[in-house]
Order: sequence, then structure tokens, then C-alpha cells
Amino acid sequence: MMVKKRVAVIGAGMTLYRRRLKETGKELSYYASQMALESAGMTREQVQSVVMGTAPDAFDGIHMKAENLADGSGADQKPYTRVYVGGGTGVFAPIGGWWHVASGLFDTCLVVCEEKMSPCHPHPQTAFRTIWDPIDTRPLNPNLVWIFALEMNRYMTVHKIPKEQIAMVAVKNKRNALDHPCAQLGANITVEDVLKSEVMVWPVQRLDISPPTDGAAALVLASEDVARKYTDAPVWLDGVGWALDTTYWTNRDLYFPEYVAVAARNAYKMAKITDPPKEISFAEPYDPFDYKELHHLEGLLLAKKGEAPKMTAEGVTQRDGKLPVCPSGGLLGVGNPIAAAGLMKCCECFWQLRNEAGKRQVRNANTAVAQAWGDLQQVGTVAVFRR
Amino acid sequence: MFEAAVKAFNDAGVDPRKDIGSCITAAEDYWEGYSIFDEFVPDQLGAVLRSVCTVGGDGLLALANGVMQIETGLFDFVTIEAHSKASDILTFPNILTHALDPIYNRAFDAHPYFVAGLEMQRYLYETKTTREQCAAVVVKNKRNALDNPAAAFPGKLTVSDVLSSETLAQPLTRRDVSALADGAIVMVLASEAKAKKLASQPIWIKGIGWCTDTPWLESRDWSAATYARLASERAYKMTGLKDPLKQIALAEVDDYFSYKELQHIEALGFCKKGEAGKLTEQGTFNRDGRLPVNVSGGRLGAGNLLEASALQSTLECVLQLRQQAGKRQVKNARMALAQSWRGVPTATGCVAVLSNEL
Repeated sequence: MMVKKRVAVIGAGMTLYRRRLKETGKELSYYASQMALESAGMTREQVQSVVMGTAPDAFDGIHMKAENLADGSGADQKPYTRVYVGGGTGVFAPIGGWWHVASGLFDTCLVVCEEKMSPCHPHPQTAFRTIWDPIDTRPLNPNLVWIFALEMNRYMTVHKIPKEQIAMVAVKNKRNALDHPCAQLGANITVEDVLKSEVMVWPVQRLDISPPTDGAAALVLASEDVARKYTDAPVWLDGVGWALDTTYWTNRDLYFPEYVAVAARNAYKMAKITDPPKEISFAEPYDPFDYKELHHLEGLLLAKKGEAPKMTAEGVTQRDGKLPVCPSGGLLGVGNPIAAAGLMKCCECFWQLRNEAGKRQVRNANTAVAQAWGDLQQVGTVAVFRR
Repeated sequence: MFEAAVKAFNDAGVDPRKDIGSCITAAEDYWEGYSIFDEFVPDQLGAVLRSVCTVGGDGLLALANGVMQIETGLFDFVTIEAHSKASDILTFPNILTHALDPIYNRAFDAHPYFVAGLEMQRYLYETKTTREQCAAVVVKNKRNALDNPAAAFPGKLTVSDVLSSETLAQPLTRRDVSALADGAIVMVLASEAKAKKLASQPIWIKGIGWCTDTPWLESRDWSAATYARLASERAYKMTGLKDPLKQIALAEVDDYFSYKELQHIEALGFCKKGEAGKLTEQGTFNRDGRLPVNVSGGRLGAGNLLEASALQSTLECVLQLRQQAGKRQVKNARMALAQSWRGVPTATGCVAVLSNEL
């Protein structure tokens, strides 16, 4: 497969991630885009196209939300697209930006993700009540934690995973987040803290879950020739993949995310990666719940089925381990503003691969993978970055 | 969705489960009544475990993204889908009100079409276009729709029928506004190499452009459709088009409101600002005029399909360029233009130039 133009990341930015921010969505988008543009050494005028990623409109209560965010993200009077795959949007937005540039239609693309969950009262869970089929599922009055509990239970049962090993993910990510200046929930906690926290829907407990968050993140993409004019240290977006599984999630065995595996295989193929565990230096899989990081490591083919918990227990996924996982602190530590959470992971890949991650820096990183997940246990989005 | 998809796949001669690499749906959550609508896309389109996404925009924006996906070299075939199930929407004005800025504009507590009323007023004032000229657009498009078997609202109307209908937002009357309809449209895009092999009558996308103007109602130019002008400049440049009026045989432009067709005709460079009304009265944009506009009936005649109207316009261009438009066929059409606008309160739209010659 020949891709027309190689695409580079040349700038990244993000806002503070917090439960409630006073800034409007427009303002958050502006701060993140401005930081990304400044880090690229670029002005808004030099941006040829803009891609916006933002999850359900119900959070902000703004219909056609991206239209409202257009000026905040620097898109007015420019070609502007909102791409959308639910929770997978954060890693999908740079993929949308990738095809803007890789197609040869644009030399540069600003990718912005914004989420403001705090306007949704009493809690963003209320918005999630409308993600289900109105005829066969909504009458059961489910909430998100409920379906995660089903999946977590299935994953634990199939592989006989002890809850302690899953809790280790929350401990690791919250500790990693202590070194992230934007993080919402960096903390030193113990496995026992997680196991003793309030049961939400068994086996999901409070400290297994990432928080609702306000925040925005942005990346600047450029074609190879243009990127070289701006920086000596571009980070290449060399592989992209995305896949959406059937709507009927109840008909699938939830113990393994096949959709992530399909997306990962596509991304690795494009990046010419044949042995992912060997060639990937660190990973930023989607971790809205602690077990999800493990689930997704297996989906990303970085661990064999059922072996990610063991890897975690052995310390392989620590920041100084053989395969650092979520060195940023992930959603559990940095926060989970749905679409902006995924893009935060891509920002982390950029900073790590440029040796700009400060205290979070992992050693000798060459190739990184970021992944997000969304919809009804249904969509995987995968991006491979290289220095 | 399924019904339209089956027709499109049969027409293209492709098997979605084997041939199609990617699939894009144009949708917005509030229209659908779901949060995260793309959950409900893959099965009907034969796209389970494939690269599927939604674009929060109209059908032409989805198509533009499909073009880019093919241009990267990643995919040979891309499915584009857009639909409207407007009849499921019980509170259309309330949903549209939610598109207004929550701090500055929502508090007016008026039907959101007030934005169009204000814009129309400004357009008429600045360009000296008359109410009668706007009404002539409605008469033309509803008449054109009589020959479109898929159209929801064909009719034989007079200018006074339009003017005497009830006022919605001065000077906008009920018949100046397109009425909502249900429908779905699916298209299959292919790379040049695959299209040449597979299709006897491929229609080529020669140029495409899209643009979003400022979301602030307060700082827009209300008399001209700036987004349409900027989008068309990109599309014309890509096509290598110098004189649109001469080179384009027919145009399907967005006519969500009657005056919008006139604004769009001017923004696309078919005539000077303020001339479109007069030319409409003179019959320039009739089916047998110099530049037929909205031969399909447009939104006014065929029905307002929300994000799918953009693909309705594109579909008409395809049918015309393939000489398959039946009674409404425009003779010797080689190049056609489709233009879209997302409706109030947005200032977003796309332009595509299509041709039956490569």
C-alpha cells in the first residue's frame, strides 16, 4: 500500500483537565489550538484545514456542537470537518487530519478535540442514557457502568483474573499522572484503596473508573516537505486504523475487543510493523476503566489474550518497564474529557517521542501507539507514531 | 439506509463485505435522537468490522472526506450515506434552538427560523431583490419536482400563493421554507483505476471544496453566502474552471429557504450580487433556461432531508450526467454542480463539480 504523502505531527497542546472549568468550549478549544500552533511555530493563517473531534452534543447541550466551536478552534472561513466515532473520536480526529494531508489536498491540518462534560446536569451519565437502542435496550434503564461491569466480569471470568491485578492499573496510572501538569486525579493510592472503594456495579468500583472532565487538546499535522520547514524533529504519523463492529453488542463475546485488533492490524500494516510487542516502545491504550487498559493491550496485540494482567503485576507496563503503558497517567489519572482524552494520548506520544515529556519521559522511545475505544463496546481507533 | 444501500451496491456492482474499504455516514446526534449515532451504522451498510465513521456535517462533506480517503491510496471503494428520519422528530424548532449559542442567542426564545428572516430582510434590502422574485424560486422548484418521482412536495403554485401564505419570520412566509421529509441516499465512490474497470458510466468528481464561516450571527455578512463563495473558489480551482456559467450545464444549489437559492447562485459566481432574483423571473434558471437550477426540485420541491439534501443534489447531478433523469433530463449535460448549506444557524457548506468526462 502506497500512501500519497507522509504525515508529520509538528505541534501539540492541551488545557488543564478538570471536573469543572469556567471556560466555555470555544475558549478551551482556543487555548489548546493556540498552544499547539505556538509549539509548531505556526500561525492560524498558515493552517489550511481544521478537523474537530468532540463527542455527544448532549454534554454541552449544543446541537451541531462543532459549528459552535468553529471559531474557537481557528476554523472560521476554512475547510472544517467534524469526524465522529463516539469515545473513539480522540484518536480518530488525528486520523481524519491524516487523510486531509495524506491525500495531498492540504499541506497542513489543525486537529482539535474538545469536551465539556460539566454542563450536563446532574451528571454526564444522563447523556449516556440516550446511547442505547430505544426499543430493545433503553427500557432496561441501563447506564454506562452497567455495561462495563458486564464486560469486566466476562473478561475476568474467561481468563480467571484476580481483581488485584486489575486494580494495579489504577494505582500505576494515577501515580504516573502525578508528573503530568494538566492532570486531574494524580494520586498515590494502593491496590487496597481500589478494592475497598465503593462498589458501583459489581465488579466495578469507584477507583476503577476515570472521572468526568472538561478539557481540550490539539495537534498540528503537516506534509513531509512542509513539516521540515518548521521543525527538525517531526513525529511521523505512520500508521492509522479504525474499525466498527456490529451494533448488536449483546450478540458478541465481550472478553476480547476484536474491533481493536482489526484496527491495530490495519495501523501496523501501514506502519510496516510486523512484531508489535518488539517494535512498539510504549503504548497509550484507552483506559476509562482500569480493566480496559488490559483489554486493549490484548486488542493491540501487545499482550497475548489474558496475559496483560500478568504483565502489569510483573511491572512490565511501569514507566521504567519493558513496555511502558500510559506513561501520561491515562484517563484514570489525567482525566477523561471523552474526545479530548484520546487526543491527550496522541499529544503524549508526540512529547515522549520528542523527549519533551519532562518527568514522565520514558527512555529510548522510537515508536508509540495510541488507541481509543467507543460506542457500544464497538469501535477501535489506532494511531502509530514514530520519531 | 439498508434499502438505499442495496440499490447503490447493485448499481455499482460491488459487494460491500468484500470490496468496500471505508464507509462514512453524515449525521448529527440531535437529529437522530441518540447520543453517539454511529453505533447504529455498520450493519445496514454491510460494514461490520470495517472502517466506519460518521462526519458531523452534510452528505457532501462526507463525500469530500471519502474523496480524501481514496486519494491517500488507502481505499479503492468508499460508501457515503446520508439520511433523514425527520418524521421521528417531535420538537424540530427546539432542537434547532439548541444549535444557537447558549449564552448570546438562545435567550431570544423565538422560532430559530428568525435567523433566516433577519438574513432575508438584509439580503432584500441590500440587493433590491423583491419578495416576488424569491417566491418565483418556490414556484419554479415545486414545478420542477412534478417530474421527480422521488420528490415529496411537488406542486403547481403561483407567486401569490407563496406571498399569501402565513408569515413565519418577517418577511419569510411558510411557502418560502422547505418542508421536512424522510429519505436516505447511498453513493459508492471508487478510485480512478477501479471506476474505469467497473463502471460503464462513471461520474467523475472534478473538484470539491467546503468552508465554515464564523459561527457568530453578529459578525457575519448577512447579504452574501461567504461560505459558498469560498467553497466554490476551492472547487473551481481544483476543477480548473474559469467561467462557471459557460462550463456548467446545470446546478443543484441549496434552497432551504427561497432567498437562499438566490444568495447561493450569486456566491457561486453564476451572476453578480443582486441579479439572481431578476434572472429567476426571466427564466434563466428554468429547466429550459440558460442554466437550469434545481431541476430535481431542490429542498423546496423534493423535501428537506436535513444532512441528506446535499446528497439529493449530488444524486440529481449524477442522474443528469448519466442521462438517466427521465422527463426532467437536461440536454447535453457534461458538467454539473452540487452545492450544500447546513441550514440555520450555520454558515457551513460544500461545493462539488461533477462531470461525465474524465
